[in-house]
Amino acid sequence: MTQAFRTTSGGRIDRRKAINFTFNGQSYIGYEGDTLASALLANGVHLLGRSFKYHRPRGIVAAGAEEPNSMVQLGEGATTEPNIRATQISLYEGLTASSVNVWPNVEFDISAINGLFAKIMTAGFYNKTFMWPRSMWMKLYEPVIRRAAGWGKAPTQTDPDIYDHMHLHVEVMVVGGGPAGLMAALAAGRAGARVLLVDEQSEFGGSLLSKKRQIGAKDEAGWIADMAAELEAMPDVTLLSRSTAFGYYDHNYLCVLEQKTDHLPAAERKGKVRQRVWHIRAGQVVLATGAHERPLVFADNDRPGIMLAGSVQTYVNRYGVLPGKKMVLFTNNDAAYEAAIDLQAAGGDVVAIIDCRHEVSGELVDAARALDIEILAGYAITGTSGGKRVESVEVRAIQKGAKVYTSAARQIDCDLVAMSGGWSPVVHLFSQSQGQLEYDEEKVCFLPGKPRQAQQVAGALAGQFTLKECLAGGYKAGADAARATGFTPKRKPAAPEIEEPDLGGIEPFWIVPGSRPIGEGMAKHFVDLQNDTTAADIELAVREGFESVEHIKRYTLTGFGTDQGKTSNINALAILSGILDKPIPKVGTTTFRPPYTPVSYGALAGRNLGDWSDPVRVTSIHDWHVENGALFENVGQWKRPWYFPKAGETMHEALNRECLAVRNAVGVLDASTLGKIDIRGPDAAEFLNRIYTNAWAKLGIGRVRYGLMCHEDGMVFDDGTTARLAEDRFLMTTTTGGAASVLDWLEEYLQTEWPELKVYCTSVTEQWATVSIAGPKAGAVLKKLAPEMDLSHENFPFLSFKEGTVAGLKARVFRISFTGELSYEINVPWANGLALWEAVMAAGAEFDITPYGTESMHILRAEKGFIIVGQETDGTTTPQDLGMDWIVSKKKPDFIGKRSFTRSDTARPDRKQLVGLLTETPDDVLPEGAQLVFDPNVPKPIPMAGHVTSSYYSAALGRSIALALVKGGHGRKGQKIFAPLEGKTVTAEIVDPVLYDKEGERLNG
Amino acid sequence: MVKYSIFTIARNALTGHQNWPKQWRSPEPKPEYDVIIIGGGGHGLATAYYLAKEHGVRNIAVLEKGWLGGGNTARNTTIVRSNYLWDESAAIYEKSLQLWEGLSQDINYNVMLSQRGVLNLAHSLGDVREGVRRVNANRLNGVDAEWLDAEGVKNFCPIINISKSARHPVLGATLQRRGGVARHDSVAWGYARAADALGVDIIQNCEVTGIKREGGKVTGVETTRGDIAAKKIGVVAAGHSSVIAEMAGIRLPITSHPLQALVSEPIKPVIDCVVMSGAVHVYVSQSDKGELVMGAGIDSFNSYAQRGSFHVIEHQLGACLELFPIFSRVRMMRTWGGIVDTCPDASPILSRTPVDGLYFNCGWGTGGFKATPGSGWCFAHTLAKEEPHPLNAPFSLSRFESGALIDEHGAAGVAH
Repeated sequence: MTQAFRTTSGGRIDRRKAINFTFNGQSYIGYEGDTLASALLANGVHLLGRSFKYHRPRGIVAAGAEEPNSMVQLGEGATTEPNIRATQISLYEGLTASSVNVWPNVEFDISAINGLFAKIMTAGFYNKTFMWPRSMWMKLYEPVIRRAAGWGKAPTQTDPDIYDHMHLHVEVMVVGGGPAGLMAALAAGRAGARVLLVDEQSEFGGSLLSKKRQIGAKDEAGWIADMAAELEAMPDVTLLSRSTAFGYYDHNYLCVLEQKTDHLPAAERKGKVRQRVWHIRAGQVVLATGAHERPLVFADNDRPGIMLAGSVQTYVNRYGVLPGKKMVLFTNNDAAYEAAIDLQAAGGDVVAIIDCRHEVSGELVDAARALDIEILAGYAITGTSGGKRVESVEVRAIQKGAKVYTSAARQIDCDLVAMSGGWSPVVHLFSQSQGQLEYDEEKVCFLPGKPRQAQQVAGALAGQFTLKECLAGGYKAGADAARATGFTPKRKPAAPEIEEPDLGGIEPFWIVPGSRPIGEGMAKHFVDLQNDTTAADIELAVREGFESVEHIKRYTLTGFGTDQGKTSNINALAILSGILDKPIPKVGTTTFRPPYTPVSYGALAGRNLGDWSDPVRVTSIHDWHVENGALFENVGQWKRPWYFPKAGETMHEALNRECLAVRNAVGVLDASTLGKIDIRGPDAAEFLNRIYTNAWAKLGIGRVRYGLMCHEDGMVFDDGTTARLAEDRFLMTTTTGGAASVLDWLEEYLQTEWPELKVYCTSVTEQWATVSIAGPKAGAVLKKLAPEMDLSHENFPFLSFKEGTVAGLKARVFRISFTGELSYEINVPWANGLALWEAVMAAGAEFDITPYGTESMHILRAEKGFIIVGQETDGTTTPQDLGMDWIVSKKKPDFIGKRSFTRSDTARPDRKQLVGLLTETPDDVLPEGAQLVFDPNVPKPIPMAGHVTSSYYSAALGRSIALALVKGGHGRKGQKIFAPLEGKTVTAEIVDPVLYDKEGERLNG
Repeated sequence: MVKYSIFTIARNALTGHQNWPKQWRSPEPKPEYDVIIIGGGGHGLATAYYLAKEHGVRNIAVLEKGWLGGGNTARNTTIVRSNYLWDESAAIYEKSLQLWEGLSQDINYNVMLSQRGVLNLAHSLGDVREGVRRVNANRLNGVDAEWLDAEGVKNFCPIINISKSARHPVLGATLQRRGGVARHDSVAWGYARAADALGVDIIQNCEVTGIKREGGKVTGVETTRGDIAAKKIGVVAAGHSSVIAEMAGIRLPITSHPLQALVSEPIKPVIDCVVMSGAVHVYVSQSDKGELVMGAGIDSFNSYAQRGSFHVIEHQLGACLELFPIFSRVRMMRTWGGIVDTCPDASPILSRTPVDGLYFNCGWGTGGFKATPGSGWCFAHTLAKEEPHPLNAPFSLSRFESGALIDEHGAAGVAH
């Protein structure tokens, strides 16, 4: 294919570097510097897709982020991406793309048949139908709607690319690298501030890249190059192109998506970060985000070849492409005339300028006249024709105020319609920053009002529509921003001589009247091209009582597309204002929501994937567990050994072996993950008194106590032992999963409720490795490792601790037990954990010491009726429910939860209470989570009496055991209870939860 | 009310759709109403509808400070289910689900209820235990529920990653097949139209600024459109419940937090069920327009501003890609935030108050959308009879005095 629509010279493309690409299976050639859109236009391809509802042919409308139509499926296989705008794809060698949501192809799309039903498919029609018969909604209607919906396709493979995040602090962040943004960055940079300049395009220059201007001695390209060179030379200035500021949050926190490799051929992307999200905190932000041109709304304004005038100018000047050879311009302003003049200069033919204003004059108008271009003032386009490309327009004279026609129709043949309804400043980021907009009657647009953050605005965003204004406004904004962050701007350089045409005038003009009321007849006045929203839809919405602009948006879907209505919002608003007969500012705008343009999930996730999605915490003994075949359980962020199967062992066999070892000899558990909090200060004992339900003031130094803590509602939320290290110092242990929330809890109370208490809490979980040995031989093992330590029961009683040397390591040994056996928990500095563990294993070898994991730990404690918070409790369980009244102080004046114990429901006798269960058949192991009923033979809903919280096979008892919460359970011992499972009902007897060694004799070995 | 159907659409098509009536009127407020509902979201409009339909109350106004359905009704992730753990919750949410199942026909407005099945994933042994417990409780309560192991999850939702080497691998899931999604805006509009047809005055852009009382009894409200007298007032103002309560001198046990959600660009159908994971803070479904609709965790700070923190979204998408690696190149199109009013036990309040004639419906936290019909139905009963229906009696304010809390932290979609 030849590039039949390429101009002979000019543009910012490199004509020496041809690039091969494929669109819809057809091969084409473009040039380096092209976008996919410009390269397709150079090859005469206008038809890129089909519309959402009616599947009408659609082409390229714009040249940038505002493009509503030309979404394509980019690439293939694992790196394919849906819905990328052709106007934002830098062309690269080997690029492949195809149209989305068409079948079998974009030229012949079967769903175009929807057009026949257009009269039915008005706004919100789906609310009014598809209700009969009811069953068909799920069977037929919705599946058909869903199949029709959506644009491109998600990849089916895992993304091979990598993404990352960066964080940056600067004094001045400038968003937008057009003339105003460049000047702002220059002013701030020269003042010495740290500056970041971001721009979404492949190169800086903004609107200047699309126009021919003389700035002093330089043309536009030379001026941009000079600016970029000076900025690049400044050490404290960071320049990011292909970088879109997409979100503006509180306190000048902005997020930027940098596309680092999307413009490169596949082979050059390997191993590189594809996209990066920058998190910027800026002292001052200069928004110089420019403006988007508005389309005009007229009958059948959606055919391929109907484009924005400024975009036509961009394709001509920046890309050396003629989007058409016979152009009609339709405008309500002078500025758009420049597109006609430039197209004519580049070899195209402008057949007519249709200007809806009745009086037109000015420098650009005169220039067009001088080129012998016919100007039809007081005219409008009232219809278009053409199949997959516009072929002609119908124009008529219209009355001032644009209510009625005053002449017969005239057909004008063309292959391109350039339109301009004026310019809308890109206020998205400004609005996200919570700034309010103000409507400017003269400039016919919303402008930023008073900023709500430390912020300046400049350039077209601020209504500065000429280059001269942009340069001056940009410099001022940059200098002001620098000054506000403590820098002294350099003296403003003399303004260069700028050659540019007078801006001329603009008259508001929102919709071309039809010969019949809007919506009647076959013609469609599109407002939102992407969602096929027409002016008739907006009228219908108002007719049906939707008046709020947010309702109109939701009912008609205008502005709800992937372009977020960049070209349609203001037209929709103005049309609504016309219907409601309210001024535009009274109608209000919809909320601009982040992101400004879509951002890939991959970039947002960055490196927070896999093991980095949540930190993996392992103990200092972890490697030993891995080498010795442990299977692991995730407990919060921790990896804990679950059990240690030997070769050929089932889980059941391994657990039996581990448990019996503890009961008969000695077992060893890595308990390092338990939360440990160092609590110090003169009020530490008083603090614990208030936090725990039991009394702490009299705990002797060197002694340990078990405690429960409750929330204010009296429900248990954590437990553990706490040791008194000194008069003013305690070491608290918490559950593994609850460590962080307990520390938060302590801090919340210290900081908000009891600031008068002098207490300091420090997490020391990862300062101490803990090895727990349990079993009748535990004492013998410890004796070998700590021959100096007096292990006699008199001098080292249960619930006490000793400091000393164990296996040559400085250690703190706690005599506590979670298994009911004689047990020591040996704490050593974290780094010594493995050394201790190996010493314990060596010393215990003669007793066949057996490592065990969390599952055996759970069985062993369940045999003893010890609770696990989060398993026997669920936020609705009091200490009394657990049969632990003994731990609730009756004497303390107050503690968290105390008040609640007297509340009527909390004190109720038939609450769910902890009991043991023994199944009728000893081999039946109830599923944990089984619900329990007193009478299984009643119809649903069956009143539930409780549920199984823990259930295991106990090797020591030679049968299954379970713990359960049962209504009034403490008074029901000996009664039968039933677990109705799927397929069968299991019967069990309610018993005391302590099922093994009821007298507690084994604690002493 | 003009009945909506394909036939009325076709008939109107012939006249260029020029003759459709307003879906609801825009009346001027009357000087007095029997019942004023403060808050024109889904719950408030449903309350008004059922008050008129089930209890024959005709002189009702719904006062909305902005545009109807513009609060959390417009901001949620549209998930509908009833598989709650506790009997009290299961009963009210199941009532709601049953109302959902006939809602489009009842109000003659297609709310696009799509019962595509809701998976709640389990990622740890503790999650599994709780999931099995909930399935068992649901079944005995007559609520449909199934437990799926990891393979079963994969069969039901083929694009999900059940790799054992995932950071928090999928170990199983509860499935409620009758759960799904509905179109949120249509719910508000449908109830508004149906309520309006029964004579309810829906008054938008009317912000309540004060609650007038005499002798411990409400007499009316002060609004930006003047004073309006009322015999009873029902407050259904999620996100601002405590603000209204303060006007009546009441403190509610509620904290308000931002909760964010987001949608991707529309893509062709790729996931045809709802997947929720409390453990990794993600929930996903795909809308009928093709967008992936996703909810995140709440921001931990209190706020009334309807926007949240960006890092919450980044965290959420990391977790999302763990579950759905193929979404990496899909793009986030729009994010937004709402304010959730949450009680200490993560269950709602539908209750009388110490002020005579003043009733509150609030505290639905992160999961109010699914309750819309049931909430409105129960609250209407409460307002009409001046006492709660047995379904909402457990959700009275008195539970914070008696201690009869209904702790649903485990069952709510996101961690509180």
